[in-house]
Amino acid sequence: MFTAALTSGLVLGGMYALIAMGLTLQYGVARIMNLAHGELMIAAAFAALWLFTSAAVNPLLGLLIIVPAAFAISGTIYRLLLTPLVRRAPNRDALEVDSILATFGMLFVIQGIMLVMFGGAYFSYSFLAFPVTIAGATVAANRLLALAFAAVIGLALYLYLTRTRLGTAVRAVAVDPQSAPLVAIDVRATAALAFAFGGALVAAAGVLVSMFLTFNANIGVVFTMKALIVVIMGGVGNLLGCLVAGLILGLAETFVATFVDPGLTLATTYALFLIILLVRPQGLFGTASR
Amino acid sequence: MKPLLMLAAGAIAVAILATVPLYANGYQLSLAITLLNYTVLATAWTLFSGPTRYVSLATVAFFGIGAYTVAVLAERMAWPWILLIALAVGVAVALIVGLSTLRLSDVYFVIFTFGLAELIRQIVTWYEVNVTRTLGRYIFVGIDAADIYWQLLALAVLVFAAGILIRRSRLGLALRVIGDDETVARHIGINTTIAKVALFALSAAFMTLCGAVMAPRWTYIDPAIAFNPVISFQVLIMALLGGVHRLYGPLFGVVPLVLLFEFLLARFPNHFSILVGLAFMLIVYAIPQGIVGFVERLLRRKGAAA
Repeated sequence: MFTAALTSGLVLGGMYALIAMGLTLQYGVARIMNLAHGELMIAAAFAALWLFTSAAVNPLLGLLIIVPAAFAISGTIYRLLLTPLVRRAPNRDALEVDSILATFGMLFVIQGIMLVMFGGAYFSYSFLAFPVTIAGATVAANRLLALAFAAVIGLALYLYLTRTRLGTAVRAVAVDPQSAPLVAIDVRATAALAFAFGGALVAAAGVLVSMFLTFNANIGVVFTMKALIVVIMGGVGNLLGCLVAGLILGLAETFVATFVDPGLTLATTYALFLIILLVRPQGLFGTASR
Repeated sequence: MKPLLMLAAGAIAVAILATVPLYANGYQLSLAITLLNYTVLATAWTLFSGPTRYVSLATVAFFGIGAYTVAVLAERMAWPWILLIALAVGVAVALIVGLSTLRLSDVYFVIFTFGLAELIRQIVTWYEVNVTRTLGRYIFVGIDAADIYWQLLALAVLVFAAGILIRRSRLGLALRVIGDDETVARHIGINTTIAKVALFALSAAFMTLCGAVMAPRWTYIDPAIAFNPVISFQVLIMALLGGVHRLYGPLFGVVPLVLLFEFLLARFPNHFSILVGLAFMLIVYAIPQGIVGFVERLLRRKGAAA
């Protein structure tokens, strides 16, 4: 039971990390606190479900369709809906408040559209649901595959940000948006890119999650909340922090659900959040300069 | 002279409003109750979020605490005691949230309030399922719609009185400085944490009482009804439409939006959340200062031109 909890905790934590990485890109670089983040994830999960059940497209192939689509949609959302806010905001705090409000509205719009299309029922589909035994623990193959894909995507993102020119520009904007133009970085284009990448990441997470979790149209908010908490725990803009904090959260939740009570997972999340706020408000890997 | 005149006008308005249950029919009274409910909630929201500019997404957490406390305690003790206990629970939660997040940056506060209602809903559900083994409760108290209306009216008067008194006090000035620039506020010796937490607790107290007063409207209540996130959303959008930099601002958002929502819910029940979301985004983009701010700016421009 312990190893089972450990493996499913790691899988869940990997998903949280992936979702939070998307959010930390959007918040750390584009300065948009995206409260509709989880809705995009659930939309991707529904897209994967639809592709699998009606067009018999394997969700892993579905990734190839859904992730670029999410990239384009997020980029468009940033261009059309968030750029006006960026232009209008006199400073970072004002942009933060405006973006919270605007994406809060988007949350209800996207959620409403999904409710109209799919209703409030829970959905799942069976893809590679056969058991695999690893180190004495039995895991469903789809979970294992999801974790592997999350690891590959996370690693690719890390390499992209640390090893390429564009990635370096993204990090530069995250560190200091005022100075970035001095070294010929187009801050607005970079922010749009980071926002679109965030959307692509969360869509990938949505597809992966849909392979092994049941989901419904209302559940996106919960994922947004957990992603926000992971971002704060890891330190804003810190990818490694996201990974560690995501895994901690996933493991803590799974262990509480297994050994205490499944009804208390959110309470666990909040307890962790409270501890971080009280002990280390800048996050596990953040610096105190904010 | 002018404040006295305003006071008299306010008193007359309240006296007129107090007579509504005497001649209104069932539907009109229920609409009036909805209007007053959102007036109290949106004004209480503005009390804290207006001057400080901290966006609280937790309105329904406190509203639900109030409503659920009534559901648990109904028939066990006298009504005033129930209200008092609900108030104590709501304020205690507000203090915990405030003390742990408001000494930090505002992002932490937003994130915490974003999930607070869901957290409390899950804990209450867990408690009811595992400890009391009854999910969902019936509320039978001898309180009819007219009583609820009068209590809400009293609550509305209290919210406005509190708002006016705070605005004139040192606390109100401190909060406006915090809203303009928190670093400056700290440097001129304002204890920003205490000011913010105190006001957040006060605002939460009104929301809690409002939920407690409204609880008998439902005869059956469960955590999903009491902690419905749409309420937080609606309060936020009403306050923003009206304008949050004036105490009376939310009123101008509450009246049109309650009527609009009533219409939308009746005509397009399935598309309600999409339409409300769109209305909300329209407000954020088109009139960020709210109706009151918009009108004030128009008047100022006219004054400058003349």
